[in-house]
Amino acid sequence: MRDMTLDMTIPDSATAPALLACQGLSFDAGGKRLIDDLTLAIRPGRRTLIMGPNGAGKSVLLRLLHGLIAPTTGAVLWQGGPLDRAARDAQAMVFQRPVMLRRSVLANLKFALTVRGVTGAARAAKAAEALELARLTDLARRPARVLSGGEQQRLALARALVGEPRLLFLDEPTSSLDPASTHAIEDLINAAHARGVSIVMVTHDLGQARRMGDDVIFLQNGTLAEDGPLQDVLAAPQAPSTKAWLEGRLYTAP
Amino acid sequence: MFSLTDILTEALGLILTWDRDLSEIVMLSLRVTLTAVVISCLIGLPLGAMVGAFRFPGRGVLTVLLNALMGLPPVVVGLVVYLMLSASGPLGVLQLLYTPTAMIIAQTILVTPIIAALTKQVVEDLHAEYREQFASLGVGAFDRIAALLWDARYSLLTVALAGFGRAVAEVGAVLIVGGNINHVTRVMTTTIALETSKGNLELALALGLLLLAIAVIVNALVMALRASAVRAAYA
Ligand SMILES: Nc1ncnc2c1ncn2[C@@H]1O[C@H](COP(=O)(O)OP(=O)(O)OP(=O)(O)O)[C@@H](O)[C@H]1O
Ligand SMILES: [Mg+2]
Repeated sequence: MRDMTLDMTIPDSATAPALLACQGLSFDAGGKRLIDDLTLAIRPGRRTLIMGPNGAGKSVLLRLLHGLIAPTTGAVLWQGGPLDRAARDAQAMVFQRPVMLRRSVLANLKFALTVRGVTGAARAAKAAEALELARLTDLARRPARVLSGGEQQRLALARALVGEPRLLFLDEPTSSLDPASTHAIEDLINAAHARGVSIVMVTHDLGQARRMGDDVIFLQNGTLAEDGPLQDVLAAPQAPSTKAWLEGRLYTAP
Repeated sequence: MFSLTDILTEALGLILTWDRDLSEIVMLSLRVTLTAVVISCLIGLPLGAMVGAFRFPGRGVLTVLLNALMGLPPVVVGLVVYLMLSASGPLGVLQLLYTPTAMIIAQTILVTPIIAALTKQVVEDLHAEYREQFASLGVGAFDRIAALLWDARYSLLTVALAGFGRAVAEVGAVLIVGGNINHVTRVMTTTIALETSKGNLELALALGLLLLAIAVIVNALVMALRASAVRAAYA
């Protein structure tokens, strides 16, 4: 029944039930509280942006939401259930620094398919399709680690998408790219979004946020400063730290 | 009295004419050592990769043990294998003492910990880089080990060559379990030891030169591998 109701909800509706949620989420490391009591909901079919200054805990939050690290307190819920193996298989992530396997571009894609149990002709077809989509066909035989930064990001994105995730995490996927490469990545993300993939993306780029964002989560020092639909937050930021960030000022807690 | 130049000339002559005794000894050496290295890799690569990539109880103890076994004194290994294989030993019925098989067993015991310990180090470093990506992709335990071994292939080839270098130059263990029997278990190192003590220096020097050449070739291979791995950014 639950799946039925999910399928029937309009993805863009602001009242859709959460795809991913966390309650009272905290994470400690090195004797410091890096994420402090976060309660959030990621809605299906939306592009949610996570913003905030360097060291705010954006990357740590993504790893918590993706189940790569275990929270100190609180829990992450996938469609109201636990974040188990099946839930993680429905998610994919592009890391802040792309991890390229020491093999060819094509072999990187094939590896991601193999671990999902896709083999043989189906694997070859999907890999070729992913190469085409990411405009990497000409580079298929090249060792992945000699690609340029932008090419590596495209490959990392293509590799994350071949598993056909329902939710895609992206950690500053365009932070070191030129405008053309940035647009190539944004197009790939938007194409995935148009196919029904929900997006959670960390970005520092306000222009990109305006182009890509439906919802936004502002983090400050591991705590939630503000969240909501992007347009509303940009039009009328409530939290002093969000205001400071939008005006390009360094925020220091009172 | 002997003249060094005369011996050197004769030794080079033995090599250049590829003397039958000489070639038999060299071939047995290579056969024993290569077989031992292959078996050591079959055991040591997966073992080292598992210790490098998995967290399990006893992992620390196993690491210490592997590192300690890396420095096993060859004569002690020879003695232990001898005791196992001798007529009154537990494996005496196999009648393997003083055969090339006994030498392969001894060298395998010497080389496996080296391969395993070096593999563990290589795989552990690579796994630190890949861990979160693997977790994100949902890579299972078997695929993880296989992928780490494959992606570390260049470093692991140099690990295997290091094992080969150690085994081919080793004398104590193969002497004890092989017995240095003419036409049966004489390898380069044991022959050098025996012929030198007999004063038959030409053969000893010829084999010594070949052993040296093998060491140079192995090191050249290691360097060439590193260079091609770096070129493809696979290092
Ligand atoms: N394992 C860890 N142990 C200790 N401190 C950590 C650990 N991981 C992250 N931190 C710290 O937590 C804070 C948040 O890190 P995080 O990488 O999430 O920042 P971020 O918001 O992604 O910043 P940036 O915009 O620079 O990427 C930083 O101060 C970082 O040093
Ligand atoms: Mg970050």
